[in-house]
Amino acid sequence: MSSLRGLVADTLEFSAVDGPGNRFVVFLQGCTFDCLACHNPYTINPCVDCGECVDQCPSGALTLTPSGVVLWNPDECLQGDHCHAVCRYASSPKARHLAVADLIERIRPAAPFLSGVTVSGGEATMQPHFLRALFDGIKADPTLRTLTCFVDTNGDAPSSTWSLLDPVLDGAMVDLKCLDPAIHVEITGADNTRTLDSIVRLAQDGKLYEVRLLILPGRNDDPELLTATGAWLADIDPRLRIKVIGFRRHGTRPSPIPLVEPTREHLQRCADLVAARGDFVVTVV
Amino acid sequence: MTQLVNDAESIITSPAIGYDQKVRRLAALAVSALPYPALSAACQEALEKRVICDMFEGNRPYTPRYVLPDYAKALRQGVRHLELDPPQDLDDALSFLTILYGHVPSVTTYPVYLGDLDALLEPYVPAEMTDEQLDRTLRRFWIQLDRLLPDAFVHTNLGPADGRVVRSIFRVERSLRQVVPNITLKVDADVTPDSLIEDGVRTVFVTGKPHFVNHPMMVRDHGPEYAAVSCYNSLKIGGGSHTLTRLNLKEAAVRQEGGLEEFLATGLPLWVELTAELMQARITSLVEEQHFFADHFLATEGLIDIDRFSAMFGIFGLAECVAELLAHDGIHDARWGHDTRANDAAYRIVERIADLVAARPQPYCAGGGGAAYLHSQGGIDLDEGVTAGTRIPVTDEPGMREHITACAPLHTHFAAGISDIFHVDQTAVRNPQAMVDIVKGAFAVGMRDFTFNLADNEFIRITGYLVRKSDLVDIDAHGARHGSDYLAAGSERTFHLTDRAVKRVGAHELAPRPGR
Repeated sequence: MSSLRGLVADTLEFSAVDGPGNRFVVFLQGCTFDCLACHNPYTINPCVDCGECVDQCPSGALTLTPSGVVLWNPDECLQGDHCHAVCRYASSPKARHLAVADLIERIRPAAPFLSGVTVSGGEATMQPHFLRALFDGIKADPTLRTLTCFVDTNGDAPSSTWSLLDPVLDGAMVDLKCLDPAIHVEITGADNTRTLDSIVRLAQDGKLYEVRLLILPGRNDDPELLTATGAWLADIDPRLRIKVIGFRRHGTRPSPIPLVEPTREHLQRCADLVAARGDFVVTVV
Repeated sequence: MTQLVNDAESIITSPAIGYDQKVRRLAALAVSALPYPALSAACQEALEKRVICDMFEGNRPYTPRYVLPDYAKALRQGVRHLELDPPQDLDDALSFLTILYGHVPSVTTYPVYLGDLDALLEPYVPAEMTDEQLDRTLRRFWIQLDRLLPDAFVHTNLGPADGRVVRSIFRVERSLRQVVPNITLKVDADVTPDSLIEDGVRTVFVTGKPHFVNHPMMVRDHGPEYAAVSCYNSLKIGGGSHTLTRLNLKEAAVRQEGGLEEFLATGLPLWVELTAELMQARITSLVEEQHFFADHFLATEGLIDIDRFSAMFGIFGLAECVAELLAHDGIHDARWGHDTRANDAAYRIVERIADLVAARPQPYCAGGGGAAYLHSQGGIDLDEGVTAGTRIPVTDEPGMREHITACAPLHTHFAAGISDIFHVDQTAVRNPQAMVDIVKGAFAVGMRDFTFNLADNEFIRITGYLVRKSDLVDIDAHGARHGSDYLAAGSERTFHLTDRAVKRVGAHELAPRPGR
């Protein structure tokens, strides 16, 4: 088995919201985007060992070594997330370098209850070789080989990443933050070219499980834009699964641009505009 | 006598219970005036101190606690006592069953088993009948059941095979949202399609039903003719359970000098024998003094057979028992479900009880191979400060995977049912396949039966039986249509079930305390 290690923010044994069926989820640390609406912003960057969070931890679970490294002791941690709240770098001292074998052993006891494993983040595809090694490890393990391997991605990955993953990837859920490039930069800090290319590529490969649209009222919910988004997606696959998700403030950082939560009715109207151009399977959450 | 008169007085003048409830409670009161079957002084004392318990079934049993008529046989041969010929079509069959239900006894006075209705009715559904017609017919039948048999212990079983009737019943269930009947879905991974389990899961999201059972494990213990009835008591069809006596493991542990080893070596043999003595006295009284099986038409027409009966040996308070015994051993930080020391103690205690119960002969228990069935007893509304059955205490459950993994090794021992409950949040509603994965996984790792509880559901589960929250509002002033609602109101007051994540403590009985 590969000796590669990945920077892992956290794992979750059972999830009903990360792809088909019940799934084990691996959250990798680090993201290429810096979204205003990010609901787990402490996964955006690797820790820079500034040490500012160490004294803020009420349970003493953090220490700064003489060599200047922040260490997290999970046995002392009360999961109050004070470290995340004070971090100026959108990071976490809790992310750890784990080997493929470490994750396999975490997945194994949950395997009888799972449809598969989803790697999320952060951005899963920022560590493509680790991702490939992990999925290789799952596919090679006699007790895990029936599990499907999915990524939950912002799509901001080069074509070479999808080629690398192709032999082991069963499906991808892709977030499309906005079809319009300028608005995309405004709300994510990054260009959307690679995301759009990834959606096309994954659909061609038969691996696009779902596209997710996060609705930020006043930012990416212009009716013409949503209609155009639906038309663009329908060109790719008119029977696509689309999840329309309303922005929720919970877990997000203070935003320099005011963000509001959509009403249920508004969200449904957005979904209807997107759905008008295709025969999509649309879920509104 | 004065107490009896006062109790009768308070029953007949109560503004909060209806006529039917009054009749039943008066009958229970009368039985409570009869002398108890003879018990040894030690057994008598254990009963009075409630270390052991007869579930308030009444001083003199005159019906088995649970009766599971062989409805398939009844449909084939008719019922002479009721002048019913074998039905010729679906309407006949539904009418036949409805009439027969009215004559099936149990400790609750209502039938606790309605048959495996999909298997029973499927042969009567003509090919030309549309799904809409079938739904309409079964919908009428379902409403009839809820209004004629207003008691949440009334139970039907479905599966493991797919069919038109089981699909129709799930559709009707979701549209009617009734308390009655309770439902169990038998699941066999080799027979039951995922889509049928998923249909069951979608029904859980609406009504909290069905309960799921591991069909191959049940068949191993009971043979193919079994059913889960009442609050998830698995018993043989054509048989049943004479009685349920239970041991309060918490109270037994409190009285133990020494710790776990002493409890296993000397404590449990004593308490198991006292519980078994109580059981034996009640079975003997039922069969030999009240002659139930000699007289009742279900027995004389071969719809039940005493050789398919046994009795249920219940245990509860395992969590407190483990904590108490470990404390005697100087271990104060190990909780059942969270710590391997506590989990190992729990497994050893249950294994020891299972061995003792299997080795203790009981009369008229051929259904259990001459011994009682072990049952993890879900509690009654008088149980305060003690956890139902072998469950991990409410609000102290670990994550679902750890919860299942901790409990699963116990399940093999409880032929008469164990019914752990898993809480799920609303996110599962959008992904029923995730719940299907958990059902199949739980059975793959050795669970026997379990129920899901969905947070924020209108239906709350009091151990096995269901009530609607809205039915509990103002029950003291206005009474209730379902008899089980009164029990739930008692449990709700005792345990504040609706205040926290929907939890589970409950009762089977009519009225443990007169005038409730």
